[in-house]
Amino acid sequence: MLRILQFLYSLRAFLIFVLLEVTAIWLIVENNSPQGAAFFNSSSAIIGSALKTQSDVADFFSLAEANEALVTENASLLGALNGVQTIPDSLAIELDSLLNATYEFKGARVVSNSLRFSQNHLTLNKGSKDGIKPGMGVFNHEGVVGRVKTASLNFSIAISLLNTGMLISSKIKSNGVFGSVNWDGNDSRHAKMLYIGRHVNAQVGDTVITSGFNAVFPEGINIGIISKINSRTDNPNYLDILIALSTDFSKVGYVYLVENTQFNELDSLNIKSEVTNEF
Amino acid sequence: MNFKSLITFIFLVIVFGLIQILLLKNLALFGIAFCFIYLVSILSFPTSIPAIPLLILSFFLGLLIDVFYDTLGIHALAATFLAFLRPHWLKVISPSGGYDDATNPTISEMGIGWYISYSWPLIFAFCLLFFLTDQWGTGRFLTALNKSFFSSTFTVLLAIIVQLLFFKRRRGI
Repeated sequence: MLRILQFLYSLRAFLIFVLLEVTAIWLIVENNSPQGAAFFNSSSAIIGSALKTQSDVADFFSLAEANEALVTENASLLGALNGVQTIPDSLAIELDSLLNATYEFKGARVVSNSLRFSQNHLTLNKGSKDGIKPGMGVFNHEGVVGRVKTASLNFSIAISLLNTGMLISSKIKSNGVFGSVNWDGNDSRHAKMLYIGRHVNAQVGDTVITSGFNAVFPEGINIGIISKINSRTDNPNYLDILIALSTDFSKVGYVYLVENTQFNELDSLNIKSEVTNEF
Repeated sequence: MNFKSLITFIFLVIVFGLIQILLLKNLALFGIAFCFIYLVSILSFPTSIPAIPLLILSFFLGLLIDVFYDTLGIHALAATFLAFLRPHWLKVISPSGGYDDATNPTISEMGIGWYISYSWPLIFAFCLLFFLTDQWGTGRFLTALNKSFFSSTFTVLLAIIVQLLFFKRRRGI
């Protein structure tokens, strides 16, 4: 018995090494499970505020660009509003549950972003205090950015579209064929569109937008433009479609968050009928 | 390890950690050459430091960096691996006569050629484990290898520059 203990004692450094490595692997696995609540991340108060101070300084240099983007977007919104506004007349429209807004929008600033790894995340400066909930969609004026994973009191973390584990339900705008957009981990300006059958007449230059089938994004937010179409070698039934992302992830500064107010209803319906919905 | 060197190393860890988090976090030359300058603080612990404190220190330093990178566990995993390899590698490349108790494995004490042969393989092992874990499941071994090679070269280059500029000189290189 003493021999065994002595033997183990002589191996103590190695045993500590194994123990620490197992802890690290457990943390990695725990943190990457989509439903797992991450308890240690950049949304905690101290780390979030350190990252915020850093981005305060860095953002100062891109203020002019941010302003320009805002002005452009305001202009297009004004144009859209013009078409919607009705001339006041005597006919009263009764408020009805049909006219309830299904989506609610919020704004936030990105305080930390990464795009060089295969699992990229963004930290946003709004948290549960401001009504941010896990599962909200994140986009900016250019297109889809990601989806909120966890929210603390003052900060929240979103999974970037540049994350190999992220699927976004999407469709080709011109013919309405739907598939999923998934990043292949290769380069931050391109992603793959999956599950498009060989019979589909897709053209280089077609726009890809969100389908609105999932409960996260409303229909019609830009994702990208088809830049290359090949037939797949491993599975000839599907096309291999490469899309150029419309969002420039290296410059994401301000984002909008969208919440589907009927998400819970949809989600419980999905669970009841045992359908797994992608995001 | 005496009190003075303890203070020095706490200072080193804080400075390199801050540089890593605030300046080098989003830096990647040509998209493949990353810089992990905080490893220099692990590499420059005195050669006499026992294995277990070194492992534990590296694990928590890696974890701290992870929290800022949102890659929970990956830096900790790779940094612990580096700390585990360090005593063995020091034994392999020990100069004739071995090390003094007070030897610090830095350029100012050991010279530039020795330092490269000491740090490059260790940092390469770190990078390889780091990128393999990061790309786990995507089956891109060659990309990981490529990134590890250039990242470790870049990190060693920066480590040499930092030491030549800021570390105390003793032998006048």
